[in-house]
Amino acid sequence: MTDRKALDALVGPEESERLFGALQRGAKRRDVLAMLMAGGMQATLAGGLATLATTAHAQAPRKGGRITVATNASGVNDTLDPAKQSNQTDYCRGFMFYNGLTVLDGSLTPRPQLAEEFTTQDAKTWVFKLRKDVTFHDGKPLTPADVVFSIMRHKDAATASRAKVLADQIESVTASGPNEVTFRLTSANADLPVILGTYHFHIVKAGTTDFNAGIGTGPYKVKEFKPGVRSIAVRNENYWKPGRPYLDEIELVGITDESARVNALLAGQLDLVQAVSPRSIDRVTATGKHAVYETKSVSYTNLIMRRDSSPGSNPDFVLAMKYLFNREQLLKSIQLGRGVVANDQPIATSNRFYLKGLPQRPYDPEKAKWHLQKANLGSAAIPVVASPAATNSVEMALVMQYAAKQIGLNLDVKRMPADGYWSTHWMKHPVGFGNVNARPSADLALTLFFKSDAPWNEAAWKNEKFDQLLVAARGEVDQAKRAQMYADMQVLVSNEGGIGIPMFISSLDGHNGKLKGLSQIPISGMMGSSFAEHVWLDA
Amino acid sequence: MNALLVKLLVQRIGLACLSLLAVSVLVFAITGVLPGDAAQEQLGQEATPESLAALRAQMGLDVPAHQRYLGWLGGLVRGDLGVSSTTQLPVAELIASRLPNSLLLAAVTALFSVPIALALGISAAVWRGSWFDRAASTGAVAVVSVPEFLVATLAVLIFAVQLKWLPALSYLSSIESLGQLLRAFAMPVLTLTCVIVAQMMRMTRAAVIDQLEAPYIEMVQLKGASPLRTVLAHALPNAVGPIANAVALSLSYLLGGVIIVETIFNYPGIAKLMVDGVTQRDIPLVQACAMLFCAGYLILVTTADLCGIVANPRLRHR
Repeated sequence: MTDRKALDALVGPEESERLFGALQRGAKRRDVLAMLMAGGMQATLAGGLATLATTAHAQAPRKGGRITVATNASGVNDTLDPAKQSNQTDYCRGFMFYNGLTVLDGSLTPRPQLAEEFTTQDAKTWVFKLRKDVTFHDGKPLTPADVVFSIMRHKDAATASRAKVLADQIESVTASGPNEVTFRLTSANADLPVILGTYHFHIVKAGTTDFNAGIGTGPYKVKEFKPGVRSIAVRNENYWKPGRPYLDEIELVGITDESARVNALLAGQLDLVQAVSPRSIDRVTATGKHAVYETKSVSYTNLIMRRDSSPGSNPDFVLAMKYLFNREQLLKSIQLGRGVVANDQPIATSNRFYLKGLPQRPYDPEKAKWHLQKANLGSAAIPVVASPAATNSVEMALVMQYAAKQIGLNLDVKRMPADGYWSTHWMKHPVGFGNVNARPSADLALTLFFKSDAPWNEAAWKNEKFDQLLVAARGEVDQAKRAQMYADMQVLVSNEGGIGIPMFISSLDGHNGKLKGLSQIPISGMMGSSFAEHVWLDA
Repeated sequence: MNALLVKLLVQRIGLACLSLLAVSVLVFAITGVLPGDAAQEQLGQEATPESLAALRAQMGLDVPAHQRYLGWLGGLVRGDLGVSSTTQLPVAELIASRLPNSLLLAAVTALFSVPIALALGISAAVWRGSWFDRAASTGAVAVVSVPEFLVATLAVLIFAVQLKWLPALSYLSSIESLGQLLRAFAMPVLTLTCVIVAQMMRMTRAAVIDQLEAPYIEMVQLKGASPLRTVLAHALPNAVGPIANAVALSLSYLLGGVIIVETIFNYPGIAKLMVDGVTQRDIPLVQACAMLFCAGYLILVTTADLCGIVANPRLRHR
């Protein structure tokens, strides 16, 4: 892997990771070249780098082998119905047995999958051209009717789809040709291909009522599926992507206990395990035969200061709290460095619309003190609600409590049990913690949690300008204009919003050193749950 | 004596049915008090009022609670356990897929732990006060005081991670032969044995000592019976009642109480099924599991009582 190291040194580890990820997902040298030149790089330099990247990647994937994988959740509610899938165990299975019209790449940009290409003029009417050579596991060819069925069923309340809210913006899906479907939306949304690249919108066979057979177009077929116990997937010999998948068989089990997962990995019974605690990293890597793969920015834990009640209604209090985050220290002591320092704005560094230029808010007790005095809240203790349900929030609250004490602010940390936290405490206290998983698009991340009338507007922050920008950006097809609008919104949220985001948390997956091919799809660990198609086992 | 047994049996079965009924009402009421219902659990954060209503209608949750209970009870009487509200599969099918696993684990554990416990308990009673008695009693207390998750995790660390003698997980498709099965079962059985052996052993010891100090044993000894015969033929039959009860109590734990072992070793038993049912608010599933555990407990305890009566010469000859 010396070429890889040279590449890291030349373009930095993040860019190298991006190029490598693209190669592992099937990009060719010319694609890498295009990626580099899109960033403004000179052609000769880009040419050299692209060669280096392709050589580094040249270690050819090996076909064959069997792996056993453990995710961190399992229950009788495990399902192969894309509409009802609810956790990473389900999503991983979804990507084994099904395909979407599109697929998200390392920067969460949608790429063609079952759709050969997708076009729109106004972001309101979308035409998707389907691949012609695709068949379902039972031999039936993919037709527009399957796509219409797969999408429209989400809108039917009787399906009880978890994606109903997203599907409601789709007015109709119609077969507009032998290999073509047309989507009509209620309002313009340039991110439709992103939404269609997520697990709930996987394509199933028209008319399916029993999903336990898992008949899709995906890289693997169902050999066995026992909800709450395990699934065994075998290679789909007729998969439409040449040469894929690499593995013969994947057994997937859900094991809730972290130490049980890590122990079974170290004992050699598992090859890939989801959600390793930062504190287990040393144990995993100490063997020399195992490694930990880090996916950056899969979630953030945020301090919520409700703007509709005291003390959050006072903007100076909110700013004081934001200056009280010792972000580097929080990241180092709680996450052992496995994460990225954040800047009170919810778009992660890996997202294509992340605003690089926003000045980092530092840990500044003096400034916090100044704002606090200006807020003039008196000396009463301020309750802060935290819970193990919101990852790391108890630890964060305690660190903040100490920092606050230094400037004469008394925070009263109230620790709530994890069970029922989301229904009984989240967003129901003036100051408390929440935890938000990465969303596939900037639009979703902002719409769900910051739009004035969003049900999960955690801080009850209302800003007319933000709402206008949000709708405008959603319908904008010009990428540059769109990026500018998202930049403006990120500035608004960071400076005026009622939430503090100290860091983005990484997802850590442990794996057998022989398992190769993992890359970043920064929406969740295990390549955004889609590892099955991409990994291989070295001899 | 047979009439006595039959009368007792009939009485016990009647009482058992009443207990089952009471437990079913109780479990139904308690699951009703839990926050949220199956529809909310399934839809999670994405729930909208209309999708909730549609799902509730699908699951039959729009019917008032007492009607749902009566419907379930009617089904049970006809031998129909109902349909799981989360998976829409028959509950009987879900249980049938897990119960054999649980019974197998319980049987293997019982096969190991009961003889060990009895042997230790009787030996400790015979040599009471000796170094052996003290070591066995203290050891039993020490072992039962260590929580089972610790025993299980330590066992995994030593035998699976370090020595690599045994597999860390007990249920994977790689199990093909009897040898592999025994290796896979070794650690769960060891852990469960640690949990239940102490209580059985100490009860056995206490019951046998109780008998050994009775005047009739002195008589037996004066008549010249060997120590072995004194214990096995005279003291033990009189002590069978309490011992059988202790054994029954310990074994009843093996059916529903082994959730930690099932979790750590990824063993798909019935306890995990019930916990899933509770977290998903799947009431038909929870009810069926509760009935099963309760029935298992009653059968074990009743059997223990019968054993006590049959083995006890005084009760037998009345």
